[in-house]
Amino acid sequence: MAAKQVNPTRMELTRLKKKLATAVRGHKLLKDKRDELMRQFLDLVRENMALREKVEAGIKDANKNFVIAKAGMSEQELHSALMAPKQEVYLETSKRNVMSVDIPVFEYKTRTADENDIYSYGFAFTSSDLDGAVKSLSEKLPDMLRLAEIEKACQLMAVEIEKTRRRVNALEHVIIPETRESIKYITMKLDENERSTQIRLMKVKDMMLEEAHHYKEKMVNAEEA
Amino acid sequence: MYKIAVIGDYDSIYGFAVLGLDTFPVSELEEAEKTFIKLATGDYAVIYITEALAEQLSRVIAKYKENLMPSIILIPGISGNTGKGIEGVKKSVEQAVGSDILFSNQ
Repeated sequence: MAAKQVNPTRMELTRLKKKLATAVRGHKLLKDKRDELMRQFLDLVRENMALREKVEAGIKDANKNFVIAKAGMSEQELHSALMAPKQEVYLETSKRNVMSVDIPVFEYKTRTADENDIYSYGFAFTSSDLDGAVKSLSEKLPDMLRLAEIEKACQLMAVEIEKTRRRVNALEHVIIPETRESIKYITMKLDENERSTQIRLMKVKDMMLEEAHHYKEKMVNAEEA
Repeated sequence: MYKIAVIGDYDSIYGFAVLGLDTFPVSELEEAEKTFIKLATGDYAVIYITEALAEQLSRVIAKYKENLMPSIILIPGISGNTGKGIEGVKKSVEQAVGSDILFSNQ
């Protein structure tokens, strides 16, 4: 199958053998990397799915509460109540390395020390439903941030796994067999050359002996005698 | 120090402002795209985007998918859950494994 043209020389053979050794080693390492990434990915993606379902349900509930709150008061009142938020959330980010994939790690900080200090309005002119709505949404915040962290990690890992899998397959099904084929081709070619040199030498030796001793003539003479 | 943004139609996201997230209500697609790009290249580590809007902006969102920041998370809007967020998770599994082996029966 020697698809590629290779020079059947000893130097090329050594080069190819080295290449094969590297490819085999690389293949093993990449395969290990892929397996480990996949293991961690599957754990993470399960958590991702569970968390997403939880967050989506939570936001749905919160939205429902907000609609109820909105029904109980005028739109202007609602807007002015929510206009100036008291609380602010900051994220401190760092990254964690999982099998050469950088995944984000978030740590969140609120501006005021009390996390529940979220009611940006006086209680006199707003309906109590709004308090409930705001509370239900604020309870979801830690989960939402965790979801952001995990979902991003899953996306990044998926990309890396795909890349690694392609590399493993390319090595396993293309590079390694092709190199093996080339090595086999060169070895056979070299052996063939060696045999033909051997035969040539034997022939030359015969001819030289013939030249020196004239065996044929002697044989003919002996027969005649 | 990074911040968190929420982008979508006003009714779906106004509640998040109370928690201290930066909300960006948008109504037109063009405006939404501009705002989104500004957020994605700005100081935001997490961008929550409503599923309805994400569907319209999917082309732009795809560009930022491989970056470490920001992490773009779909959330259901006021009009309900379109299933786009779950679909995104399934898509990652499909990309990584080759086929959806975990959640295909859901």
